[in-house]
Amino acid sequence: MSEVLLQAAGLRLAFGGVRAADGIDLAVMGGEFLAIIGPNGAGKTTFINMTTGYLRPQSGEITYEGRRITGMAPRAIVKLGIARSFQLPQLFLEHTVEQNLALAVASREGIWSPLAPLRRPRYREEAHDLLERFGLAAIAGTRADALNEGARKLADIAMAVALRPRLLLMDEPTSGVAASEKMAVVETLARVLREAKVTAVFVEHDMDVVERFADRVAVWSQGRIAALGPPQEVLADPAVQRDVIGIERHPATPEAPHA
Amino acid sequence: MRKIEPILAVLLAAAMIAAAIAAPWLRFVLTIALAKGIAVLGIMLLLRAGQVSFGHALYVAFGAYVVAFLAPRLNDAVLLLAAAAVGAGLLGLLIGLFVARYRQIFFGMLNLAMCMVFYSLLEKLYHITRGSDGIRVEVMPVAGQALDRVAYEWAIFGIALALALGLGILLRLYLSSPMGEALAGIKTRETRLEFMGVPARGVLLSAYVISAVVGGIGGALIAMTSRHVTPLLSYWTASGELVFIAILGGAGGVLGPFLGAAAYELIRVYAAASFADAWQMILGAALLLVILFAPGGLWGMAGRLAGGRGR
Repeated sequence: MSEVLLQAAGLRLAFGGVRAADGIDLAVMGGEFLAIIGPNGAGKTTFINMTTGYLRPQSGEITYEGRRITGMAPRAIVKLGIARSFQLPQLFLEHTVEQNLALAVASREGIWSPLAPLRRPRYREEAHDLLERFGLAAIAGTRADALNEGARKLADIAMAVALRPRLLLMDEPTSGVAASEKMAVVETLARVLREAKVTAVFVEHDMDVVERFADRVAVWSQGRIAALGPPQEVLADPAVQRDVIGIERHPATPEAPHA
Repeated sequence: MRKIEPILAVLLAAAMIAAAIAAPWLRFVLTIALAKGIAVLGIMLLLRAGQVSFGHALYVAFGAYVVAFLAPRLNDAVLLLAAAAVGAGLLGLLIGLFVARYRQIFFGMLNLAMCMVFYSLLEKLYHITRGSDGIRVEVMPVAGQALDRVAYEWAIFGIALALALGLGILLRLYLSSPMGEALAGIKTRETRLEFMGVPARGVLLSAYVISAVVGGIGGALIAMTSRHVTPLLSYWTASGELVFIAILGGAGGVLGPFLGAAAYELIRVYAAASFADAWQMILGAALLLVILFAPGGLWGMAGRLAGGRGR
């Protein structure tokens, strides 16, 4: 964790009257795992969408490796080394898991070869290697539309990793994953990303996951960053506990009666 | 299923040759079927991307008129086929730059609109196109060889068959390449392609240009076979016919369009001969049965008979 990899400065974006980004300043350091937490509608996904080129901020700048990427097209940003995964997995549903991965590998190298097969050994080997690392080898031949949510989620992330990004943005990587599998999934994910030396920014609602895997936490609130720092500090902050964790960690706990 | 495809293709080609020898009048029908099958390959490509073009008769008609216009100057079937392919490809690129931005119904209707614009031009510019009278195409030399009418018809049949096989092989390779698989990705997850660094519009545009090229080739073969071109080649029903054949044959493989085209032409000829007033109804019933009982088309049916699964 040394130099600044991604720098957002003064990002603003409003949808109608809703301020999804209201002055976001954030520096993502190379090598770190940065968790983004905050209530629904705080603008967490908007930040990912702006960084990956899907949305253009109305003002402010995003620089990546010192280069301004604000307003660039998603596919140009991908080529610079920023990949993303999705809250709702975006897989090619009529293709098998292996084909999905192979297509991601192929698109990294350029797909404009109309006569050589996608099934060429090099792509298949790399796809299998990835599936192996993600623990998905058993379902390599399964069509994407037949997967359960957890596998779908992992395959979605694996496709992003296949692009060999330096920075990976993950939108709720553990949502939809069964509670019993969650830690194992994140464990796998963290290992793969550390091996590949990928810097990760991930939106997360599970504070146990955040505490265990994040180097830093950014708390989003109404389009602003309300707190930023190591998980132990931030999660212990009474204001954060009240506004974010209080709601999320014990959703079933009834509110204390008024005195 | 993919493994039996080449065997089936060879069997189908052999059956066509046998039929053309046994019944000379079938040679005409089968050449037209091959030409339409080649054009329908393009529809099948676009179906891979989940897009239906209701205007691809435009490229068929364009290819046919290229032959009719250039035949007096460029009097050789091989050269004219090349000219039609290149011309249709350029037209496809021009129109594709515009229509590849659209999807679904908008894609379909814009193609239909382009097709009907061409139809109107062919109808109205009488001093150039001779309107609905059409233009006659004379028997022409093939690869430098002057041929009599029967030899010429055989030559065009042979070229159509060779092109069908060759283009079928090329498109089969294309469909299983990353480019072809990305095309199928447009149907299910276009946004993902962009986030993998792949320009989805470029992928669709390439397929569109290919579809225009095969449309032009099909049209040129039709002009050389029927030896008369009219604006009706570009009428919307002609576009509908291509989609009809694509669905009848099944979009699963490159053989589907040819199965569909052969079935379509044969049903049409036999039904028209036996029940002159009801042949369209018979064709409609055939399509209805295929849609209800064999959603994968004739190709899917062939696959099930062979014990494999359609793609």
